[in-house]
Amino acid sequence: MKRTITAAAFAAAGLLALSGCSADDGGSSDTIKVAYQKFGTFTQLDDHMKQVKADFEAENEGMTVELVPIEAQQNDYFTKLALMNKSASTAPDVMYEDTFMVESDADAGYLAPLDEYTAEWEDWDQFYDNAKSAGLGGDGKTYGIPMGTDTRALWYNTEVFERAGLPVPWEPKTWDEVLDAAASVKAELPDVVPLNVYSGKAQGEAAAMQGFEMLLYGTGDTLYEADSKKWVTGSQGFVDSLAFIEDLYQGGLGPTPEQALDKNVGNLVSAEWFPQGELAIGLDGSWLSGTWLETGTAPWPEWSEVMAQAPMPTQEGQEPGATSMSGGWTLAMGSKSANKDAAWDFIALALDKDNSQSYDIAASQIAVRGDVSEDPDYQAANPTFGFFSEIVEVTNFRPATSDYGQISSEITIAMEAVMTGQQSPEEAAAAYDDAVAGIVGEENTTSAK
Amino acid sequence: MRSIPLLPAIVLLVIFLLGPVISSFYGSFTDASLTGASAQGSSFVGFQNYAELFADPDFPKSVMLTLVFLVASAIIGQNVIGLGLALLMRSSSGIARGLVGTFVVTAWVLPEIVASFAAYAFFNDTGTLNTMLAWAGLEGTNWLYATPMLAVILANIWRGTAFSMLVYSAALQDVPAEITESAEVDGARGWQRLAFITVPMIRRSITTNLMLTTLQTLSVFTLIFVMTGGGPGTDSSTLPVLAYQEAFQFGQLGFGTAIATILLLVGALFSIVYLRALKPEAD
Repeated sequence: MKRTITAAAFAAAGLLALSGCSADDGGSSDTIKVAYQKFGTFTQLDDHMKQVKADFEAENEGMTVELVPIEAQQNDYFTKLALMNKSASTAPDVMYEDTFMVESDADAGYLAPLDEYTAEWEDWDQFYDNAKSAGLGGDGKTYGIPMGTDTRALWYNTEVFERAGLPVPWEPKTWDEVLDAAASVKAELPDVVPLNVYSGKAQGEAAAMQGFEMLLYGTGDTLYEADSKKWVTGSQGFVDSLAFIEDLYQGGLGPTPEQALDKNVGNLVSAEWFPQGELAIGLDGSWLSGTWLETGTAPWPEWSEVMAQAPMPTQEGQEPGATSMSGGWTLAMGSKSANKDAAWDFIALALDKDNSQSYDIAASQIAVRGDVSEDPDYQAANPTFGFFSEIVEVTNFRPATSDYGQISSEITIAMEAVMTGQQSPEEAAAAYDDAVAGIVGEENTTSAK
Repeated sequence: MRSIPLLPAIVLLVIFLLGPVISSFYGSFTDASLTGASAQGSSFVGFQNYAELFADPDFPKSVMLTLVFLVASAIIGQNVIGLGLALLMRSSSGIARGLVGTFVVTAWVLPEIVASFAAYAFFNDTGTLNTMLAWAGLEGTNWLYATPMLAVILANIWRGTAFSMLVYSAALQDVPAEITESAEVDGARGWQRLAFITVPMIRRSITTNLMLTTLQTLSVFTLIFVMTGGGPGTDSSTLPVLAYQEAFQFGQLGFGTAIATILLLVGALFSIVYLRALKPEAD
């Protein structure tokens, strides 16, 4: 018996040694690894990357592009990408990077500065300045080349509105008018979900941004004071925004909390609930229609007649009357890349005029290149581009600090506590205040009064 | 000299078992994170993670949930039902034994992720359980949402009982029939024979089994993560789920490893208690 165990131990040691040898020793310089997200109805980037890979390999003989589509919901994508970035043998050369993670990941040493490349890139002048600033790190260097931006607003299904006897076009002026419309839908059409606002930990950044911040930035309060570089705690707007979430979920005006906490709810909203008339109103992003185009995963030819948009009103209708949040994604270069020049060439090709345009159209992105947004083909490609470009006027950006990611997680915790009835809005806001002070330090917070 | 052949095994244990334990212990004293400046080079922060952990209201709740999960699903559920099944099967016919044994062991044979999805499909709002209740004219609730702990406890009992049953079946075969018979002649009732003859004689197996099921249950992650994701809110966030969430969803590796270290201590504590209380060597 003893001998068997020893033999087994030797065999195991041998196997481990073997598998150790075969481990990947990092990207060799004629292969570049491109990591990006592919999840549910979001497949447009995958299509885009496949096409750029083919073009790039045709232009650069001997080079190979290894595509690494990461199939994960947004926050899981960040986690998987960060874990890849931790080791030189797995770190990608080019990655799809959310603007709000740029500063944090640049601080982490995952990203390579791109200034020496953009200085010689003639296309760079075509990018809008506010879009360029979204790709800056805390040190003022450029770490990400923007692919497109987005805004957020209320989408509503006009057929459901007509069935519920609500007026179309619908132009809510206050939060109460939004909730009243939802209540009418609930009364008239009990089988329809009246209003979807993403909420809870499972939705990650979508809950914090599409959900919570769309409310908070319409109260007059904010998360962060950019001038003093302090995080705001104890604001009435924070409590009121949580109260909206509570009214929505505890008042039966939203999806059931268990539906809302399902990681797939974003896919359900775009691929099933809206097309099948099961959802009346959704607080969602400008990219939503990308799913319904011919190139999307759930084509819906009638979508532009059935679906309409309204700006998200401020709480009491105070100036400027409506609010929105903007984000957007970039392509960034991994700092551990063995062939940075090739990685840059790939980025430059993926985001040249034609490729930016085809991606922005397919993924329903608001263009960040002047030559794309002025192109008649782009303007004609999607009837909602006009609406979503207009609300750029009232849009807000997330705090660009490396603590934002952690603080955004705390927002989703507060939302989930309120939507499930575990805490009152006041309790959840107080817990958030404590958590923020713990993350950034008491001295970096300021009390809103 | 005789221990030289054991050397490779010891080396492997040190590298793959002791190494991670030590690195987890060290990591819990740093501010290591997935992103931000501290991802580049983490610094030693002393007991800060532990201080924050003990101040966090989610932590005592998570410890309680872990203990409830452990006591209800492993110590009571798996052990008692496992022993009960083993006793019943000893005195039942061959066919019944084969059938019951197959059913119970099936859950054990399934890979963890498959078993987790099966349990999810069973307890889900539109799942098997509610469908069956509807046939009987009853309306079930959404078990995973309304009673998340009950659902994961039942699922863990379902999945783990087979192990205890097999251990106890083997142990019961070693109880000499003549002792039980002479007790019967002396007029001992069924429960008396169980309490004073059978249980003391299989005490060693009980210790081993309690220890194994405890450690296994403490580290259950997949089952809970798939079924409830630790939610709603934090209503089923046991320590492993909480550690995962902090380390990988919120990117705070140092804080997450602090929770993992606590979990390690809880496991060690239970092992010591079992070894002391049931004194397996004193036969």
